[in-house]
Amino acid sequence: MQLRIDPGRVAGARRLAATIVDPVEAFIETHSTVAVERAALRLLGMNGAAEDGVPHANRFVDDLPSEVLAQGAVRAVGALVAETGHSPATLAERGLLPSSVACGAVPEAAARAVLKPYVAEALNRIDARRAERAALLARLPQLPPPLLYVIVASGDIYEDRTAAVAAAEAGAQIIAVIRSTGQSLLDFVPEGATTEGFGGTYATQANFAIMREALDTVSERLGRYVMLTNYASGLCMPEIAALAALERLDMLLNDSMYGILFRDINMKRTFVDQHFSRMLNARSGIVINTGEDNYLTTADAVEQAPAVLASQFINEEFAHRAGLPDAQIGLGDAYEIDPDLEDGFLYAVAQAQLARQLFPDAPLKYMPPTKHMTGDIFKGHLIDALFNLTSVMTKQTIHLCGMPTEAIHTPFLGDRALSLENARYVMTTARHFGDEIEFKPGGIVERRAQEVLRESHELLERVAERGLMASIETGFFADVRRSPNGGRGFDGVFERDACYWNPFEDALSP
Amino acid sequence: MSRYVKPYGDTLDDGKVQLSFTLPMDWSEAADEAARRLVVAMGFGDVTVAEGRSIASGFSFFVVYASTPASVDLAALAAPAARVAKLTMEQIDALIRESVRRKIRVAGACIGTDAHTVGIDAILNMKGYRGDYGLERYKEFETFNLGSQVSIERLVEFVKEERIDAILVSQVVTQKGSDVQNFTALGELLEAEGLRDRVLLIAGGPRMTNLLANELGYDAGFGRGTLPSEVAAFIATRFAERQTVRQ
Repeated sequence: MQLRIDPGRVAGARRLAATIVDPVEAFIETHSTVAVERAALRLLGMNGAAEDGVPHANRFVDDLPSEVLAQGAVRAVGALVAETGHSPATLAERGLLPSSVACGAVPEAAARAVLKPYVAEALNRIDARRAERAALLARLPQLPPPLLYVIVASGDIYEDRTAAVAAAEAGAQIIAVIRSTGQSLLDFVPEGATTEGFGGTYATQANFAIMREALDTVSERLGRYVMLTNYASGLCMPEIAALAALERLDMLLNDSMYGILFRDINMKRTFVDQHFSRMLNARSGIVINTGEDNYLTTADAVEQAPAVLASQFINEEFAHRAGLPDAQIGLGDAYEIDPDLEDGFLYAVAQAQLARQLFPDAPLKYMPPTKHMTGDIFKGHLIDALFNLTSVMTKQTIHLCGMPTEAIHTPFLGDRALSLENARYVMTTARHFGDEIEFKPGGIVERRAQEVLRESHELLERVAERGLMASIETGFFADVRRSPNGGRGFDGVFERDACYWNPFEDALSP
Repeated sequence: MSRYVKPYGDTLDDGKVQLSFTLPMDWSEAADEAARRLVVAMGFGDVTVAEGRSIASGFSFFVVYASTPASVDLAALAAPAARVAKLTMEQIDALIRESVRRKIRVAGACIGTDAHTVGIDAILNMKGYRGDYGLERYKEFETFNLGSQVSIERLVEFVKEERIDAILVSQVVTQKGSDVQNFTALGELLEAEGLRDRVLLIAGGPRMTNLLANELGYDAGFGRGTLPSEVAAFIATRFAERQTVRQ
């Protein structure tokens, strides 16, 4: 089942994506953010929070004079460790702050040398977690893709754990813990196990560990590895990537532009943060999931199809620059076409198959219908069935199961079971359907795919000409306009001093 | 005059309903019986457990059919929708031009931490919803879409600064009453700032009803499937009425 597409145009789109990303990468290389610095501190062992709930990493970074921060927060830690002989973790616990250090009093070489074992330990721990995952996957193999992915979102990590185990037993292969609404706008990572959230559960290191342990137990019982997902998005992207690496999460939602467009997070902040978090993801073997589905939920899916593809090319290019191999780039798409549109199913198949062919080694993430889901759970279940069919036909890899009760409430335990049954039924009964059929040459599906590729190429041309930041400012993506120095988190972006030092960047840079 | 209605299965007044639910117990025949008794305890008669099965260890799922003895008197109902006479975009623009004689300034926002802008976008964006143009397209509305995760303080500040006439607030996430808290807080803040009487305050969201909105002290509430022109007609008609009263 192959669509005939022009390979020259595909290569052209990739060249344009490289042209678009180049100047942004140049900006990234000369800048850092408070979130990148905090992630580095967390990797050095400065986790945890003071009694007032302020994380040690935040307090430390906030306390640095800007000219010291410009050299990298790690350097200040090195100076303190060299001076006091305490570990970074002990410094944080005792509340020893950089203000007590005369900057420059400790020679740079000494600061670097004293941190060497801590940097090595952090990287070893990440590598060990990755090796652990590989061993588990070899011993407890997953069922073939599409990998069924469901969300839990009760707000209480212990209820989420019950729901996740039940979902795994009902066939789920990936569990995502939806975050509390609004966490993306917090400029710190909350601490501890949490039992109260709105529309989701806070992403914290403790919550990650609770869920990981429960899923490891159920994986052993079921004889197949169940994956865990969270969100490296919002203002704490790099820190979440660091904590996820340490707690062996398997996937993270991580998009190069989502926060800018849909959360009004400053674009410079987002670009710098996504780069560092993706380098961490690359090292930890975490598969990223990009957020192209959001273009479709806020605007018409048929019209926005070229923007989805353009965003996939851009996300792919940014990911490559951070060292992510194709096998870790879960590019997103969604089944969001108006159910009343004649041949809408054909358009959905065209888009999904186009992505499959253009990104053959990427574990594509396919998102379910949400925009056209109403309180009619019966119709919703039926739309989800066609979504499931599209996914198995076009060999999508990560399949977020649609809920019949989408648009009513965060899923009930029973909703998840019904949804998983729907997916399992459709994907079993139609497992090799895609291998058995051919697209009619020049037919509706093929023409639609060619049209989407052509328009996507045109969109990339316009973006390349104008520049990515200026294009976002003009509203090229999702009809949303954002200015380069506007939005949340801009005050946390800073230019690097010539002697900026981040040992993790040095170790992780591709 | 009373007019009682009951659910209709295949015969008038048979009272048939379908229920489905999950029980936190392993499935067995005893679990089916537990489901049946539960539905009897709810007051239903003629209970049939059509389906009962395990969905995970410690959880089972049921589909049950039953008859309810309850009925409702339609004559005693009061759930007025916030609908006014249906008007086209051109008629609404004309009404504002002739009766209000200035543009009506409308601000929309998803308040609190809610990030779901689908509803507010459908009502405000030029493109609209189901072929019905959004308020941005109207000549006589000046619209401001503040987007998602807008704090109520910022919204009220904006209303004051921009002399907003009508506020559309949307909430999709309804977990644990967060929507009601936010809606209420906004109403109270407007009241405290002395702005409440000056503005039309309209609530929206998939679970919103006009009845609930009125209980929250809002002028109107619009739920799922609402078209932009319905909201536009409501705003225009109310402002035209206010103008008439003043004259």
